[in-house]
Amino acid sequence: MEAPKSTTSKNPIVRFLNMNTSGQTSGRNLPLWRQLLLQIISLAILASVMFPIMYIVTLSFSSKTTRPSSLELIPKEISFVAYKQVLDKPTGNPVTFIELLKNSVLLSVGVGLAALLIAVTAAYAFSRLKFKMREVLMILVFIPLLMPAVGLSTPLYLLLNQIQVKQCTKEVVAIQPFTTCEGGAKGKLVFNLRDSLLGVGIAMTATALPFAVWNLKGYLDTIPKELEEAAAIDGADTNQTFWQIVIPLAMPQLAVTFFLGFIGHWQEFVTTWLFLSQPKDYTLAMTLYNMTGQYANSVPWNRFAAMAVIVALPVAVVYVGLQKQIVGGLTTGSVKG
Amino acid sequence: MEISKPSSRKAQWRKISLPYLYLLPAFLIMGIITFYPLIYQIIISFTNFDTKHLLLGLKSPELEFIGLKNYIDIFTAALPVENFNFFRVLEFNFWWALSNVMLHVPAGVLIATLLNTEGLWMKRIYRAVYILPVVVPPLVVATVWTNIFDERYGAMNQLLANISTYFGNTGPIFIRWFEDVKPPIPGFLPGAPLTLAYYAMMIANFWLGWPFMSVVATGALQSIPRDLYEAASIDGATGGQQFWNITVPLLRPAMIPAAVYGFTLSFNLFNFVFFMTGGGPARSTELLVTFAYNLVRNLRWYGVAAAFAVIIFGVAMIVFLITNRITRATQNYSEA
Repeated sequence: MEAPKSTTSKNPIVRFLNMNTSGQTSGRNLPLWRQLLLQIISLAILASVMFPIMYIVTLSFSSKTTRPSSLELIPKEISFVAYKQVLDKPTGNPVTFIELLKNSVLLSVGVGLAALLIAVTAAYAFSRLKFKMREVLMILVFIPLLMPAVGLSTPLYLLLNQIQVKQCTKEVVAIQPFTTCEGGAKGKLVFNLRDSLLGVGIAMTATALPFAVWNLKGYLDTIPKELEEAAAIDGADTNQTFWQIVIPLAMPQLAVTFFLGFIGHWQEFVTTWLFLSQPKDYTLAMTLYNMTGQYANSVPWNRFAAMAVIVALPVAVVYVGLQKQIVGGLTTGSVKG
Repeated sequence: MEISKPSSRKAQWRKISLPYLYLLPAFLIMGIITFYPLIYQIIISFTNFDTKHLLLGLKSPELEFIGLKNYIDIFTAALPVENFNFFRVLEFNFWWALSNVMLHVPAGVLIATLLNTEGLWMKRIYRAVYILPVVVPPLVVATVWTNIFDERYGAMNQLLANISTYFGNTGPIFIRWFEDVKPPIPGFLPGAPLTLAYYAMMIANFWLGWPFMSVVATGALQSIPRDLYEAASIDGATGGQQFWNITVPLLRPAMIPAAVYGFTLSFNLFNFVFFMTGGGPARSTELLVTFAYNLVRNLRWYGVAAAFAVIIFGVAMIVFLITNRITRATQNYSEA
């Protein structure tokens, strides 16, 4: 018989009475008054966590379009009116919910994937290979991490704004800055890279890329070198080691880095709001912003609530599924960075 | 070995160039979309770049180099912007990040310890619910709390009204969370008055912040060997003594990187400030990033904004050097 696992009492009799003989945790080794006290604290925390969630969920299930005059935290009715309205006509602009969703998914998945694919070889080189200027180049990659996205927005705006497709005449199309319309004619603007999802995606990659390199390098540093050394003895060259040993080993972290990118860019707001001007390119996050604050005096709160739930759900699902890996991935990255 | 001389030289060359080949995709792309904008930004920070220069950029004929004027204007509060004082914003920004972490980390650790209590009923339910704030995207959290703190219809005022009925109050409560300019605790932070909006944001960010710390702490708690506590309780250490002498020191290596991460996250918490207060009232809750956004989006002084971005970069560099030192120190600590 071993000593009881976590009694705090010095009294041997109390200790004996509280002894846990089952080997499993049960309520027996916690005195009732402590159990009750801890339960009250835990329930109070539970209530504080649930307060905004219940509030917004209740609001989203309400069919009332007037603003709430008293506090309701438990749904009195389950009405999907607000959800239906949001799905049918999310904003005053001629844009469907599916388009908004598509834009959000394209941007967040696209940027997440692009950053990952471009970053992975660089992360490997920084983690494993020896070469001249390694330190200098590494610092160079990490420097942009210190610059917030707003800080790069003006030059990126100007850069992307230069690439425009113009319809000069019916048959002639000019792609600026490579070709221009004849005789200095202005032509009709068909496509402006800055004002497109592709352009915004490129601008978002500017900050996503250094983060992906940093995060992946932090993880690759933790993979033991023995496997690679064994592969090298067996005659594998660097390319083979990278593709056949390192990539399969790093798969979980590649997934985590991708999903971190996805989560971060799902709610991207700064760049999209600065660059995009056409409602057809708007994202869910932009729509949600339009439904709050100064622009939203006419938006019923039940619709806002339904939209908030809809925007939150995909991220919540991803997070719950990958919770352990995401938290682990974040902390290994930051420790070893 | 059948490799002939020239091909082995080729192999040698391949070996040397390979690392650079691995770096090429990232550097090629970053060269265009990251480094070029960074350098561009530094150049225009010394000019009077304005909306009228947007079309031609650096090639526009009226673009003037005005030396350090933008920087001096920012530091001496000479910008024609109401209520703007760089050092007040900077001080508030640091205090905002610091005060958040100082609350989130202890709360996270305490709650993780609470849930780690053996024999606590309904542990699984608590764990499942306490993780929820981590899971909701901060953008949504910010918009929802903006509604909660609404002056007339917000849930917070209604909740306070409900509670105050137990103290004899009957009427509704209308606290102007985001508009009230008068700091509730005058002189709390010298030089940067903390308005009610700050406290509202603290409440919202606390809701969001501690559960992450709690998740990190739970992971670390479960890696602490049980025998340590058993030995301590045999030696007669009380629960409090065990907490301070075993739990806290052994959690430190995990919590400090998490705290550093939380600090940098709060330091640049654009969404919260932008959605909830817009930096107001009277710019009392403005962060460096939200002001930079204002300069670009609303005021459109691109030269000043560039200078401001360079200053933010400098501040971030200092923060990074300090926090990096702290994490390095703990790394050595955990290895020791």
